[in-house]
Amino acid sequence: MKVTFPHMGTAYIPFRALIKGLGHEVIVAPACTQRTLSLGTRYAPESACLPLKINIGNYLEAAELGAEAIVMAGGIGPCRFGFYAYVQQEILRDIGCDMEMIILEPPASGWQPLLARLRRLTKGVSAAQIARTLRLTWAKLVACDRLEQLSLTVRAYEIRKGSTTKVLQQAYQEVDRAESVDMVTRALRDGLANLHLVPQDRGRQVLTIGVVGEIYTILEPFVNFRLEEQLGEMGVVVRRKIWLSDWILHHLVLSAFRKQREAGLFRWARPYLQHFVGGHGLESVAHTVQLANGGVDGIVHILPFTCMPEIVAQSILPSVGEDYQLPILTVVVDEHTGIAGIRTRLEAFVDLLASTRAKTGSHSRSGGLLTPAAGHSR
Amino acid sequence: MTSMRASCGTQDFYLGIDVGSVSTNLVVISGAGEVYHKEYLRTKGRPIPAVQTGLARVHQKFPDIKIKGVGTTGSGRRLAAAIAGGDVVKNEITAHAAAATHFHPDAQTVIEIGGQDSKIIILRGGVVTDFAMNTVCAAGTGSFLDQQAARLGIPIAEFGQIALQAKNPVRIAGRCTVFAESDMIHKQQMGHSVPDILAGLCAAMVRNYLNNVGKGKEIRPTVLFQGGVAANRGMCKALEDELGYPVVVPSAFDVMGAVGAALLAKRHIEENGVKTSFRGFGVSQAHYSAGSFECSRCANHCEIVNISMDGKLIARWGSRCGLWEQEEIAYQSPIDHLQELCYH
Repeated sequence: MKVTFPHMGTAYIPFRALIKGLGHEVIVAPACTQRTLSLGTRYAPESACLPLKINIGNYLEAAELGAEAIVMAGGIGPCRFGFYAYVQQEILRDIGCDMEMIILEPPASGWQPLLARLRRLTKGVSAAQIARTLRLTWAKLVACDRLEQLSLTVRAYEIRKGSTTKVLQQAYQEVDRAESVDMVTRALRDGLANLHLVPQDRGRQVLTIGVVGEIYTILEPFVNFRLEEQLGEMGVVVRRKIWLSDWILHHLVLSAFRKQREAGLFRWARPYLQHFVGGHGLESVAHTVQLANGGVDGIVHILPFTCMPEIVAQSILPSVGEDYQLPILTVVVDEHTGIAGIRTRLEAFVDLLASTRAKTGSHSRSGGLLTPAAGHSR
Repeated sequence: MTSMRASCGTQDFYLGIDVGSVSTNLVVISGAGEVYHKEYLRTKGRPIPAVQTGLARVHQKFPDIKIKGVGTTGSGRRLAAAIAGGDVVKNEITAHAAAATHFHPDAQTVIEIGGQDSKIIILRGGVVTDFAMNTVCAAGTGSFLDQQAARLGIPIAEFGQIALQAKNPVRIAGRCTVFAESDMIHKQQMGHSVPDILAGLCAAMVRNYLNNVGKGKEIRPTVLFQGGVAANRGMCKALEDELGYPVVVPSAFDVMGAVGAALLAKRHIEENGVKTSFRGFGVSQAHYSAGSFECSRCANHCEIVNISMDGKLIARWGSRCGLWEQEEIAYQSPIDHLQELCYH
């Protein structure tokens, strides 16, 4: 079976290993381009959010390369994403694209449906091979996240614009090529070392910006106009709390323990938001408070147009910003967003933070609170 | 004018260029930071000839002026910098804020309504603390006022005066310009007078601005109203009625972006003691061409833009990897210029 999956940043690296390990031929859709988006917007409902449209584009481009089946995540809760796999299945059927959709989603009641779908992928594969594949997939997932995490700091200090990104891409390729956990470990070690070796001006004064928001728009550089690269090249260290490995762990694998994870988020978000609102709405609020305590200069909140959970967060974030004296820039993306508009806002925001820094001499946190809130510092 | 001409040979001047969607503005400021001359041109979708014409006009009026620095801003800022040789390339928010605080250090709010975009800038103690720009909708910008004035056969310059004659401004639905237009037609067919309709339109535009761009922003006096639309007295009055206190329209309200760019260039040149990259007024005679192609070396398929001057490549941008950017006008990291950003 020729299997494909939608793009989300570097997710194709671990997913390739996963599907290959289970004995299927992998068709990785071409990286997202304007064409992907055009294909997606042609067939997707206009008011759906951007991820759905790009996913459709990915499927159709993969179909051109011969893909027969799609592995897609589902979900539960108020975010529309949980429904997208099913909507996409219908859309593909309507346009006569005959692809099988294998939907992996956290069980709402029993584990049976998930296990049945997994069996569709794992038929005839030995338990040992499955275990080996899962270990390799996980190693690649973590490696990609760690490489990206380091690049978010190094890029702000790089002397030659674009050099960090180049090294990062090479490191990703090595991880992608690795065929065993040992090789991944080596690729990761080399990649981290090479990133450290990027010529840097460590004496440079840098700003720190926390990025929060909806996971797809954070992780997929095509839809966020390479937001983190752009910030890095302006001399900004980017911090974020949303990583693909966390998402896989919490969304798909350990969703049974969702309650425990949410308890942690609730603690940070409590003064502002007391319940789950779907998607990453609660995370956006909690992460902003966490990052504010970690001493960032400002927050960029990114979301796809019409994203309900993030709209809830968007309306709450100004009060967090006020309490912590923390500037917040909201960036909304959809197929009509132009890079020039984003660029202007990012430049203006960085200027704003730089002038605040120049005025106060240090991080602007001095007037803000030091603990998340009096309510739960006990 | 003659005395100015005589004196400008020895003085230092700085040039600010703001290439916007509708207009291209050029401003010459003196070493003391005063607006010495301004040129306002329509961009007409051709930014390169607009900048060249502007430069030619400045040169014609002041043949021996010495330009010590050039700043560019607006959506065409990179292009303008490539053509003229820019020392500072700045976004509109920072440029407008720099000009606002230069003339009115006590300003706490800047309301800017231009041809196709509108913005609000919140300043505290001379530093930008928050800003917003219109996002998905251009309702409530100059283009719509232009369009409606044309429909009613009123020169845009008289729009404001006529609106001020209103006795009972009508209420017009202002969220979307398409609906605003149908509502205006409805009101006119009901027999309302033109001044009442125009005043109603101004009020609707102000409401739309404050509810969208100004949403959640703490608007405190002194409020500066700048951008081309500030010329419209009807809009000023509608804004004052809504806010409940007077707003200040700076004397250079229609070219504040260019003034800001010139001021930032002046600061940059003075503080770093560098020589300007200005290519000279001769560039107004040069032949520029812009072309683009899609790079297919990797999966990114970047759109690469080439700008040539008399057949020689002078600027190139658009690639993710930097492969094509031989002579890029690099973005200046604001962190390297912290002091320049502290407006006073």
